[in-house]
Amino acid sequence: MSSDNIKLRVKFSKHGFMKYIGHLDVMRYFQKVIRRCGLDIAYSEGFSPHQIMSFAQPLGVGLESEGEYMDIEVHTAESSQKVIDMMNSAQAEGIKVIDVVRLPEKSENAMASVAQASYNVRFREGRTPSFDIKKAIDDFNSADEVLIEKKTKKSTREVNLKEFVYEINYRADNSIDMKLCAGSGTNIKPGLVLEGIYKRNGAEAPEATDILITRYDLFDIDGKPLSEAGEHF
Amino acid sequence: MKKQALSDELLLSIEKPERYIGNEINAVYKDKEKVDIRFAMCFPDVYEIGMSHLGIQILYDMFNKRNDIWCERVYSPWTDLDKIMRDKNIPLFALESQDPVRNFDFLGITLQYEMCYTNILQVLDLSGIPLNAAERAENDPIVIGGGPCSYNPEPIAEFFDMFYIGEGEISYDPLFDLYKKVKAEGGTRKDFLVKACQIPGIYVPQFYETSYNEDGTVKSFDPVIPEAPRTVKKQIVMDMDSVEYPDAPIVPYIRVTQDRAVLEVMRGCIRGCRFCQAGQIYRPVRERSLDFLKKKAKAILDSTGQDEITLSSLSTSDFSGLGELVNWLIDNYSDKYVNISLPSLRIDSFALDIMAKVQDVKKGSLTFASEAGSQRLRDVINKGITFDDIMRGSAEAFKGGWNKVKLYFMLGLPTETDEDVKAIAELANAVAANYFETVPKEDRKGIRVMVTSSASFFIPKPFTPFEWAPMNTAEEFLRKAHLLSDEFTKQINKKSLKFQYHENYLSELEGLFARGDRKLSKLLRKAYEKGCMYDSWSESFDVDKWKSAIEECGIDISFYTTRERSLDEVFPWDFIDIGVTKNFLKREWLEAMAGRVTPNCRQKCSGCGAASFGGGVCFEQR
Repeated sequence: MSSDNIKLRVKFSKHGFMKYIGHLDVMRYFQKVIRRCGLDIAYSEGFSPHQIMSFAQPLGVGLESEGEYMDIEVHTAESSQKVIDMMNSAQAEGIKVIDVVRLPEKSENAMASVAQASYNVRFREGRTPSFDIKKAIDDFNSADEVLIEKKTKKSTREVNLKEFVYEINYRADNSIDMKLCAGSGTNIKPGLVLEGIYKRNGAEAPEATDILITRYDLFDIDGKPLSEAGEHF
Repeated sequence: MKKQALSDELLLSIEKPERYIGNEINAVYKDKEKVDIRFAMCFPDVYEIGMSHLGIQILYDMFNKRNDIWCERVYSPWTDLDKIMRDKNIPLFALESQDPVRNFDFLGITLQYEMCYTNILQVLDLSGIPLNAAERAENDPIVIGGGPCSYNPEPIAEFFDMFYIGEGEISYDPLFDLYKKVKAEGGTRKDFLVKACQIPGIYVPQFYETSYNEDGTVKSFDPVIPEAPRTVKKQIVMDMDSVEYPDAPIVPYIRVTQDRAVLEVMRGCIRGCRFCQAGQIYRPVRERSLDFLKKKAKAILDSTGQDEITLSSLSTSDFSGLGELVNWLIDNYSDKYVNISLPSLRIDSFALDIMAKVQDVKKGSLTFASEAGSQRLRDVINKGITFDDIMRGSAEAFKGGWNKVKLYFMLGLPTETDEDVKAIAELANAVAANYFETVPKEDRKGIRVMVTSSASFFIPKPFTPFEWAPMNTAEEFLRKAHLLSDEFTKQINKKSLKFQYHENYLSELEGLFARGDRKLSKLLRKAYEKGCMYDSWSESFDVDKWKSAIEECGIDISFYTTRERSLDEVFPWDFIDIGVTKNFLKREWLEAMAGRVTPNCRQKCSGCGAASFGGGVCFEQR
C-alpha cells in the first residue's frame, strides 16, 4: 500500500428506505457511488484489487443513523467539501455524506477506533411499556448494578449493564437517549439495555419490532466522535 | 419520503425487504398525475431473477423516455410475503409508486420459461385482477405477455388480453398511441382490443377459436372477428443502432443473479442447432456497430458504477467485432478495474486468447456445450462441434492454465440410444485424459483437473426442427441419468469427473407446456389452486400437487410429450409467423433423422425464410 495515498474518513447518515439495506449491501452500494462520482480512489494490490475502503461498526437492518463512518484511501482530493459534494451527487435517497476529514498518516482505522455509540430509542405507536419510563430511567441511573444475560454467538454470560451504559436519559418526547459501550470487544445493543430496564420493572422484554432505533454517532475511547480524528481540508 | 406500500414493521419481518422498496439508483420516478398511461412491467419470479433480465431494462427505459407513460416494475413476492399479503389482503403493488397494480392501464408480463406460469396466476391473483381475461372489467389493466414463451402462448392464452410477438422496440408506440386514442374517444376495452389486434405482432387470443380433431390434435385455428388477422407476424428490429438501449439501467442494492452491466452486442444466432428455439425465433442475426457499443459501454459504466461488463448474445464468438470491442474495453477500462465477462463463447484459440486477457485463469472454468456425447448424435442436433474441436480447445485451455472444465449435455435427444448416453462419460473421460497428456506432471502443481458434466433433459420446443419429436418420459430420463451415472464410475479418470443432472419431473412439465394447447389452462389454474408456485425453485416445486392436478383435470401428458407428431399436423402455434418457414423446419427435421448437418448462416444460406425481413446476416457478403 502506497503511503502517498490520502486517508479520508467519511461520515454519512442513513434514513428512510435505506434502513432496509444490510451492511454488506451498503458496502457494495458505496463502491458503486465512488465509481459513479469519479472519486480517485486507491485500489489494493495483488490478486483481485478492490477499493481501499473499510467501515466502522456495522448498523443493523431496520436502524437509522446520523453518524456512520467509513475510511477510504484516495490518490487525490481537492477539499473536504468537494469530496462531500462529489459523493452526494451519486447517492440514492436516504444516504447522505455529512462530513469528510483527512486522517493523519498513522491512524487507527474506523472499526478499531470505535469504543462508544450513542442512540435514540423510540417506542412504536401503541408499544410503550406499562411502567413509567421516566421513573425507570431514574431508577436505572441510581442503581449500583443491573444484571442481564448477554448472549453471544458462542456463549451466554451475565453482565452488569451499569459498566457499559455510560449515559442514559429520558427525553420529553417519551424516547430514550443512551451512550453505550461499542466496538469489536464488548458491543452492547440498545435492545439489551431496554431488556434490563423492562425486567427490572417486572415487564417482559420488548420485541425488536416494538422499538425504533436511531444511532447518533460513534466515538473513540476518549469519547470523541470518530470524525474528530482528522482535519477538514 | 416516497410512499411505502408495506409497513415498516412488516418489511422488517420478512426476508430481504430490499426486494420491495424500489428507490434503486436509476429507477424512474414521475408524477402520476402528469402521465396518460401507467404500465406495470412484471417478471413473474423473485426480484433477484427479474432484475437480472435485460429485456425489461430495455423496455423500461424505452417506455419511460415517453413523457406520457410511467413504466414501473413488479416481481413475484417471495413465499413469505405472499402469505402475508393473502392474510392481510394487501394488493400487489409496483415498486416505484408503490401503488396497486390493479389501478394501472397495463400489466406487461415477460414469459421467459414455462415453469413461471403459476407465478403469473400469483401476480394476477395478488393484484386482484380476474385470472381469466374474459372476466375482466373495463377498469382492469390490459394484461399483455411477451418474450420467448409467447411463441406458443396457447396454454396461457385465457389469462392474457393480448400477447406481443417479437421484439418490443417496434409495435409498442403504435399500441400506446392507440390506447390513448380509444380512451379519449370514450371507447371500451373491447374497442381497444379489436383495434389492437390489427397492429402487427399483437395477438388477442379471445378473437380466435380452436377446433380439435377426435384424437385431440388441432383441426383448425380461426379468427372469430373479421378484424383479427389469420397469422401474426413476429416484429423485429432490423437496424440495431436505430433503437433505444438504456444508458442508465437500474442498479439493485441486493446481489442479483446478473449483477453487472450488460451490453447486448447482437441478436440472433447463425448456428441453427436443431434443439434451440432462440436460434430460430431470433433469426436473422443482426449486429450492433462498434461505435454504438462503445458509446453505450461508457454511458452504462458511468451511470451505474458497475465494476463488470458482460458482452451478451446467443453466441458472442460469432459477433464480428468481438476482438476490437474487447481490446477497446481493456484499453479504456482496465485501469479502472472493470472486469469483462464473456459468456457463450465457443472455445477455440481465438476465444482462449481473449479470455486469457480478460479473466483470471485460476478462478474461471471453461464451458463446452457439447450437448451430445457421440458424433453421430451431435450431427443429428446440428451441433457443429466435433470431438477434435473439444480436444483441441481443451488442450489449449489446459496449456493456458485452466484446470476446470464444464461440459453441458442433454439426455433424451431424438434417436438417442444407450450407446450415445454412455458416450457422454467417455467424452468427459477423454477430456480429463487430455489434461494428463497435455500438461507434464511437473507443471500440474498438485492440482487435479476437474471435468464437471451436467445433463439436462431434452425438451422439444415449438419453432424448432424438433417440434415433431417425441420427448422421453420422466422415468426414461431418470433411467438414462442412472445409466450414465454408472458409466461415469467405470471411467479410468473417474476421480477427475463429476456428474450432475436436472429434476426429471420438472422437465416433463416444461415439455408439457412448451408444446401445449389451450386445453392446458385449466390444469394451470388447478395446480395454482392447489398451491403450486415458484415451480422452477426446487424448494417449492411440489410434484405431488402437480400429479394430482393432472389427474383431476384428466390430462394425458403423453399426448403432449412422448407422442411423435405427423408431418402434416397443425400445431397450436402455427398461426405465428417467425419468418423461418415450417417447410424449412420440416426439412431440418428430416435432415436430422438422416444424421446430416446443415451449414451455419455465414457458411451458406439454407433458405430458412428469415431473409424476408430484408436485412441482417442474410444480406452479408459471404
